[in-house]
Amino acid sequence: MNVLSEAWGWLTTAANWHGSDGIPTRFLEHFEYSIEAVLLGALIAFPLGLLTGHTKRGGLVVTSLANVARALPTLGLVVLLVVLIGVKFRAVMIPLVALTIPPILLNTYEGVRNVDPQLTDAAKGMGLRPWQVLWRAEVPAAAPLILTGFQFAAVNAVANTAIAAYSSFGGLGRFVIDGLATTDYGEVAGGAILIVIAAILNLMFFAVLRRVLISPGLQPRKQATA
Amino acid sequence: MISFQQVGKTYPDGTVAVAATDLTADSGRITVLVGPSGSGKTTLLRMVNRMIEPTSGSILIDGVDVRSKPAPELRRGIGYVIQNAGLFPHRTVLANVMTVPRLLGWSKEKARERAMELLLTVGLEADHAKRYPFQLSGGQQQRVGVARALAADPPVLLMDEPFSAVDPVVRKDLQTELLRIQSELEKTILFVTHDIDEAILLGDRVAVLNTGGTLEQFDTPSELLAHPKNEFVEGFLGVDRGVRRLSFFSSGAVPLRPEPVVAVDAPPQEVLARKGTQPWLLVVDAETKPLGWLPAQQVPADGDLSRVPAADLVSYGHAFTVEAESLRAALDSAVLSPSSRAVGVDADGRVVGVASVEELVPAIRAAQDGSSPENGR
Ligand SMILES: Nc1ncnc2c1ncn2[C@@H]1O[C@H](COP(=O)(O)OP(=O)(O)O)[C@@H](O)[C@H]1O
Ligand SMILES: [Mg+2]
Repeated sequence: MNVLSEAWGWLTTAANWHGSDGIPTRFLEHFEYSIEAVLLGALIAFPLGLLTGHTKRGGLVVTSLANVARALPTLGLVVLLVVLIGVKFRAVMIPLVALTIPPILLNTYEGVRNVDPQLTDAAKGMGLRPWQVLWRAEVPAAAPLILTGFQFAAVNAVANTAIAAYSSFGGLGRFVIDGLATTDYGEVAGGAILIVIAAILNLMFFAVLRRVLISPGLQPRKQATA
Repeated sequence: MISFQQVGKTYPDGTVAVAATDLTADSGRITVLVGPSGSGKTTLLRMVNRMIEPTSGSILIDGVDVRSKPAPELRRGIGYVIQNAGLFPHRTVLANVMTVPRLLGWSKEKARERAMELLLTVGLEADHAKRYPFQLSGGQQQRVGVARALAADPPVLLMDEPFSAVDPVVRKDLQTELLRIQSELEKTILFVTHDIDEAILLGDRVAVLNTGGTLEQFDTPSELLAHPKNEFVEGFLGVDRGVRRLSFFSSGAVPLRPEPVVAVDAPPQEVLARKGTQPWLLVVDAETKPLGWLPAQQVPADGDLSRVPAADLVSYGHAFTVEAESLRAALDSAVLSPSSRAVGVDADGRVVGVASVEELVPAIRAAQDGSSPENGR
């Protein structure tokens, strides 16, 4: 039997679809952790990106912060925090959030900062207040880049939630870790497939978001051929 | 009316962009600020809507200091057009034009109605309304920019090199269009350009600025061309200012002679009589519209002009409309014709008479000596 058919066997075993360590529960856990990580990261990174991008100040702080956050080794940090504070939600959430911050922060900052100065000039000159310039001109114009930042953050979160399972944390990574511990390669491969599916669902979600949130005016190539 | 009173701007790095300047832009007129790059035109303009704050002096609009209300509120009452339009890329053309009315709290319906009306005013079509800016040419975007600035019907319009980024043919259209719109709306327009020809074409009055933000001369285009105050202004105006100034004088004073004009079906004896006295005959059709010049020696011996093939007639270049067009048009008409004669026509295109270059000279002389031109532009 090869690994794929073992995985198939594991995935189609009814017992694996029930209970607190069943596939649906783990799937939901995985998304819950990922979404929480992205939202918490956004809470910090998005306003900071908007502020620095709008004022065009603090670029050095932003890039340094993002680089530091990016350089953190997820697994190392998880283990360290677990050692320090025990197996708690926080121990895993902190590294996950740290990983969602750089893409959101950098893309929001760069996106807003690089909005055509003629656009912001015209907006201001027409009598928009600074807040209105930000929300009605800069953010919509930078939306494609900002959304890409969120997408990277979500990809990071989904991938690293799997790694975080190493520390007795839930999510789809559990199957891989547990399967390895019990040398159940069907479970390992089945878990890996589920992680890939989660990543694909994530990308599909962002494709939809892109269509909904980004004005056709900012999607020239699609429009031109339409 | 916009009055600049001792307005100056020194940037924090010490650059003097505008030296203390007094200037008045009359209501309902186009006042052009022209000068080389870096002469403080943009700075001067942007101090009116407080995009830049002056470091000295004050600016009044109809007697009220621009600092007497918050900047965003002030700006909503002043139209603002910049070089690349600065349209919202994520909004349709219609939504772009609706911006200021919506900021001012107009209802959606009223704002939309007004925006549609303005798109037509600036020469766009109704189906441009649904498009996004990237689907328009540069010239069309600029028209939307003008419509957007006019949307809330502000009395004052600030335009910073609005036509500089489009090609010359489109620029010409936009300039003509602006003059047409202005003749209807009579806004108080402050217009910045580095192009002296544009300044002369559009300006009721033109302020020539020099590096360091000094105002060298502020006059009507005709006065500027006739009497540049100093070498800088003269140099900036270019070499052909004498000829260009003729565009400010009516061609009404041109002495037009009817003798060389003959109808293609004129009696032969009359044709032969004219042939004896005129080196060139202008052949006209039954409606007295010009057909072309005929050199006297090519008039048929029997005086029957209907036998002359159309191809033998020499092109008259272009005719000028008497009164409506300028002395410059008359001179151009004469210079362009192989006969060296200008053809003057009435509003319906019927020939009034002709004048040679030599016969134009006294009218030109009178114009140059006269103190002021007879027509506006
Ligand atoms: N923000 C600024 N800081 C310092 N100097 C400036 C600034 N903006 C413009 N200047 C300088 O002021 C002068 C006038 O600029 P500007 O008003 O843009 O001229 P123009 O529109 O005639 O080209 C130039 O020398 C320019 O370099
Ligand atoms: Mg300028």
